[in-house]
Amino acid sequence: MAIEQRDAPAADDLLKGLWRENPVFVQLLGMCPVLAVTNSAINGLSMGIATLFVLVLSNTLVSLLRRAIPREVRIATFILIIASFVTVVDYLIQAVSLELHKSLGAFISLIVVNCLILGRAEAFASRHGVSRAVLDGLGMGLGFTFALLCMGAVRELLGSGTLFGVAVLPDAFQPWVVMVLPGGGFFTLGALLLLINHMQARRAASAIPVEQA
Amino acid sequence: MNRADVIATDSAPRPAWQMYRAMVGVGVVCALLIVAVYLATLDVIARNQVEALERAVLEVVPGAVRFAQRDDLGQPVYAAFDAAGALAGIALEAQGMGYQDTVRILYGYDPAREQVVGLRVLQSRETPGLGDRVETDAAFRANFAALDVRLAPDGAGLLHPVQLVKPGEKTQAWQIDAISGATITSSAVARMLAASAAQWVPILHARRAEFVAPKEATDGD
Amino acid sequence: MSAPGRTLAIETSPHLASGASVDTIMRNVVYALLPVTCWAVYLFGLSALLVLVTAVLSCVLTEHLLCRAAGRPTSVRDWSVVITGLLYGLTLPPALPLWMVATGGVIGVALGKSLFGGLGYNAFNPALVGRVFLQAAFPTAMTTWYPAQLSGRFTELPAAVLTFPFAKPDFDGVTAATPLAQMKFDQVATPAGELLLGTTAGSTGETGALLILAGGAWLVARNMMNWRIPAAIFATVAACSALLHWAYPAQYPGPVFMLFSGGLMLGAVFMATDMVASPITRRGVVLYGVLIGALVVVIRLWGGMPEGVMYAILLGNAASPHIDNLVRPRVFGTSRGRAQ
Repeated sequence: MAIEQRDAPAADDLLKGLWRENPVFVQLLGMCPVLAVTNSAINGLSMGIATLFVLVLSNTLVSLLRRAIPREVRIATFILIIASFVTVVDYLIQAVSLELHKSLGAFISLIVVNCLILGRAEAFASRHGVSRAVLDGLGMGLGFTFALLCMGAVRELLGSGTLFGVAVLPDAFQPWVVMVLPGGGFFTLGALLLLINHMQARRAASAIPVEQA
Repeated sequence: MNRADVIATDSAPRPAWQMYRAMVGVGVVCALLIVAVYLATLDVIARNQVEALERAVLEVVPGAVRFAQRDDLGQPVYAAFDAAGALAGIALEAQGMGYQDTVRILYGYDPAREQVVGLRVLQSRETPGLGDRVETDAAFRANFAALDVRLAPDGAGLLHPVQLVKPGEKTQAWQIDAISGATITSSAVARMLAASAAQWVPILHARRAEFVAPKEATDGD
Repeated sequence: MSAPGRTLAIETSPHLASGASVDTIMRNVVYALLPVTCWAVYLFGLSALLVLVTAVLSCVLTEHLLCRAAGRPTSVRDWSVVITGLLYGLTLPPALPLWMVATGGVIGVALGKSLFGGLGYNAFNPALVGRVFLQAAFPTAMTTWYPAQLSGRFTELPAAVLTFPFAKPDFDGVTAATPLAQMKFDQVATPAGELLLGTTAGSTGETGALLILAGGAWLVARNMMNWRIPAAIFATVAACSALLHWAYPAQYPGPVFMLFSGGLMLGAVFMATDMVASPITRRGVVLYGVLIGALVVVIRLWGGMPEGVMYAILLGNAASPHIDNLVRPRVFGTSRGRAQ
């Protein structure tokens, strides 16, 4: 264990999900909520936080129980654990704000089938200790939240001229209605992916000559 | 990687009872967790729902400060009372097909003035910028501040059915001005209101004396 | 080793070339569109001219810049992007703000054409991709129509046309409803004569039905357009609407109204016939036309929108590879199930 942690430092467990292995922009996981509920910044942020919450808790429990779960029924057990936390989140959101619960709609329950969560349970939490599993869940969840917030902010800004419900663009701005419709999710995701890949390609291109020099 | 940290990957089949034990155990833990959270949030959620309903009812019946729900008429109706405990109006829900999906509205009916006094869209998925203007367009909303739904002399139907007219052509108190550019949604709202009023106004008007403020006439808060 | 002039050239078939290259055909399509374009400018005046020029310029510039960015030789000279721009401009409302026109042109060529790999690879008609984006993004501006033949149309511009980029257009009072919208929402039928001449409200180029047909006939005569596509669309629309009109005359408009109103003429003759996005087999082409015609009737009569030609053609584009696959002749000697 000690040797292994030196190979992959704890900070890396947390940081890899934020950017280098960002679940949305790099791994393209969990596209259903990414495209469906990011029509405003607040929806994106709350969906991200709900997913973060489920991800951290399910990673914790899966990691704790990893020796007690037989391999043959691991997926069923993981889903059971994830579904329970999703139900918990569903009640908590209703308690915080019915309005928010209404705008996220069926997508809260659909966190269950977000492949990101099952993917982390299977690929990471069931193979590592609790502390690393929590850090991994936190990093991936924050990366997911960050991506959803970016999408939501861009779409809300262009689609309604507001940010978190506050008007930021002048009254004369013509909103691009398509951005808050489902199609706008695809446009925004495509544009953000283009931007990120372009930035990384440029960074890679500029890194090579420096190393050779 | 440390073998002990990994879920056993040996290929020897495991006895079935181990699997049952794991799944039932996890199931019990999860069930307990859900029940605990459910019980903990039950009161808050119920209070949120009542508050949301109250906000909606008080918005469509101007001047009302509290309301009582009545369920024995076939669909829930909400009698709203003013500060003095007098009946300020009755709110009820109507729904119909809009452009994209079902639109649900709540409207207030004042039996004393025989008018619709307010309307609020509860749920709609109409196109942002077009159909959803039925929720925001001030001129359209003004149609429902005092919409004439007087009863015919025989008391069985409306004297003038609620009617939708082209934008800017409203001349009578029972007509609704459509929104130009949102014809489909505004006519859907008018249609569901007309149908609901034709059915319910005679009933509510006939039984208006039954709606009295509940005993605790002065509300603590 | 070999002496000059004695090289043996080996070529695969075809050995006969007709002389019709991409740019010849495309240039002829532009000629065919000119009468409609002039008629549009006559009907709607200065604003239509500005809309058309902006549409063509935005499409051509986008194509040129994207070709340069990709390090390819510019493909502007094959005229295809000029047609895209012209057709796109002809489908727009005559008083659309110019910044919206340019936005749709950039989107149409970038997303509808260049992203797929340029001419020959686009799955959808790029002009319609631009228009469908505008319809979804700015539904109010895209459904505000100006009446044709306004008296001051050559001397003054509607204020909305020159709206500052990204600002809300301010449409002044003189708007009108299209014949299809009048039919759908007010049950008022426009006289056939007005429909034929195009003196009704509508997109810049969709109203001159006779000139569109003339342009199409000229292309068909020069063997530069597949006449089966518009023929199948017209036949389907006419048959469906005649049947419905005969059964319920009060509820459904007759075939003449259905054929000559809205964008059906322009769409069927110049958009559905896009060589890249339509099927290539003879039976497939007919099936494609029937599909588009049926969709037009369904969307117009039972859909929420008054007009559906744009969506019908895009759906037809999406279906065309599958249609070709469906009607592909069986290879001789193979059984139906095994034919690749």
